[in-house]
Amino acid sequence: MQQPDKGYWFAAIGGQMLVGAAVGMVIFIAFLGFWIAPYLVGQVRPTESVQVGPRGTGLQQIEFADENADQVAENIMPVSEDPIPPAPDSALARDVYENVQVLGDLTEDNFNRLMIAITEWVSPEQGCAYCHGEEGNFASDDYYPKVVARRMIQMTQSINADWSEHVAPSGVTCYTCHRGRNVPQYIWFSPVPHPAMGPSAMYQNRATSITGSASLPADAIESYLMNAEVIAVTGGAPRESNVGTASIQHTEKTFSLMIHMSNALGVGCTYCHNSRAFAEWDQSAPTRLKAQLAIGMLQSVNAEYLAPLAPTYPPHRLGPDGDAAKAACTTCHQGAAKPLLGQSMIGSWPELVSSPPVYQ
Amino acid sequence: MFAEYQNIFTQVQVQGPPETGMHGSDAEHFRTQRPGFSKLLGWFGNAQIGPIHVGWYGVISIFTGILCLNIIGFNMLASVNWSIQEFLRQGFWLALEPPGPEYGLRIPPLNDGGWYIIASFFLLVSVMCWWIRSYKRAVALGMGLHVFYAFGAAIWLFLVLGLFRPILMGSWSEAVPYGIFPHLDWTTAFSIRYGNLFYNPFHALSIAFLYGSALLFAMHGATILSVTRLGGDREIEQIIDRGTATERAALFWRWTMGFNATMEGIHRWAWWFAVLTPITGGIGILLTGTVVDNWYLWAVEHHFAPQYTGPYGYEAYVPQNTGG
Repeated sequence: MQQPDKGYWFAAIGGQMLVGAAVGMVIFIAFLGFWIAPYLVGQVRPTESVQVGPRGTGLQQIEFADENADQVAENIMPVSEDPIPPAPDSALARDVYENVQVLGDLTEDNFNRLMIAITEWVSPEQGCAYCHGEEGNFASDDYYPKVVARRMIQMTQSINADWSEHVAPSGVTCYTCHRGRNVPQYIWFSPVPHPAMGPSAMYQNRATSITGSASLPADAIESYLMNAEVIAVTGGAPRESNVGTASIQHTEKTFSLMIHMSNALGVGCTYCHNSRAFAEWDQSAPTRLKAQLAIGMLQSVNAEYLAPLAPTYPPHRLGPDGDAAKAACTTCHQGAAKPLLGQSMIGSWPELVSSPPVYQ
Repeated sequence: MFAEYQNIFTQVQVQGPPETGMHGSDAEHFRTQRPGFSKLLGWFGNAQIGPIHVGWYGVISIFTGILCLNIIGFNMLASVNWSIQEFLRQGFWLALEPPGPEYGLRIPPLNDGGWYIIASFFLLVSVMCWWIRSYKRAVALGMGLHVFYAFGAAIWLFLVLGLFRPILMGSWSEAVPYGIFPHLDWTTAFSIRYGNLFYNPFHALSIAFLYGSALLFAMHGATILSVTRLGGDREIEQIIDRGTATERAALFWRWTMGFNATMEGIHRWAWWFAVLTPITGGIGILLTGTVVDNWYLWAVEHHFAPQYTGPYGYEAYVPQNTGG
């Protein structure tokens, strides 16, 4: 058998290299076009930045100039009917209807006004039947959505009354989370531990939306926003004993929570922190204090209101671990630094602040 | 078509009887017998492949290295329930994690860091055997030990990260996970935990030597290529018998920046910059959490973290997307 001469091999290998080079060139030019084309046709998405700290610290907030328009379109607030001023002889809901446990102090008119609004906020398609069932027995507690709704009204009142430092001045209503959906879009369930992995790896190294697709521990939300574990990790002195201080694993979990917050609010680290010293409060923005309050709020909301509802829900509403849906930063914020862009509707709904409501 | 001699692709390839190197002493032992030639590789370097010295240290190193990689890979595979498809899809997210801090320096269960310890042991054996190999081959060839010491500098940083510092901290949990994204997350977490590693002077030195190495490499490569037409690529000869290539290269740098390295000295510059990158980096890591627990506060204490005066209150900032 005759061996191919060297020219054959040269051509064969050279041909492969030529094909490789051609493919590489096509990919390169395609990417180049992808990067350059917007500049050529004047379609570069302009950014705006605002300096928010001393010069030289890199503290600036960068946004797309058209971000506002996008967010406005995503955060249209429904029209609220104004409260009907109660007259001295107005009938109260508790006297007119049966089994009104939370909103009994409302006048009949305002009670109905709120019920209609909740329908618009939570079940615009199914209407009253979503909570009260098809049977039409509005007093019955047999159907679980009504029991959940009652607890959610109490939760909303608690958030507005007890956590006003975080939610004021806009306050929250059912719409802040629900946005016309039966179940808010951004809820979370306890992550399922990997059955084959020990505690060191059972919750991390997988892309989850709650951690912004990082490989960070997915149980950070549960640890910090429900179980009230210690978040701070950085050493408080140049030199200190390592006994009882945070591990790297603990730090990764805290990092995971920070990624979640950043994604939820559509902001970077410097919205709250001076990144040269994350832990230092005197170099942080007031927004960090707001976030600190939010952590306390979510711990209360999750531990006292949302998690205990698990026995109330039917199985298809439960998470893979049989737990109830819970709230994190995204639940209200949905990508905006302030939910609904800071638009306030709470002025129309004193019923969601306190029982009995205080009308101005 | 091609110029007769070019430097990026070597067009002139010598292919004849293979050069088998030295004879006698240890040099001939454990070598593959039949060197081959590769036209393709010849364009980038020497066309002759082999003879490869195998040797016991090489065999042990390759064997334990493959074992380590397999332990890591199969643990990753287990973490996606043995699905090859998921292994490929989530590859960058997967890792073999060190044990949790609750185990200290004890040996943990296999699925909770035990495999990590075993993989690390095999990796240690593999790296150290390869290091010994670089020593023995240099001795066999009558060379200096510069490669051996340079590799040793990298091994120092490797040992600090995976062995010395975890022992000083009293916990294997301080070691770095074996995974693409997870080891990057570890790096960020390490800096956050210890108050910003950018205030660690040894970290700063390591960065300076790292970037300096790249700069020196570019400067030296460019200089030699630019005088190749005058024989400057024969660096060894030029060291002892300086010709016009060396004179011009030296003059170029004196004209542009007033100073030039020598034909020999530039290699010492490069070697020291390269080895000092992991040496200083390793010192910086070793001090972190053992001697210094918050580098930012340490820098404040030593008066080199500047105090910025000016509002921190974000008064100027009204985010667009708050509607305010």
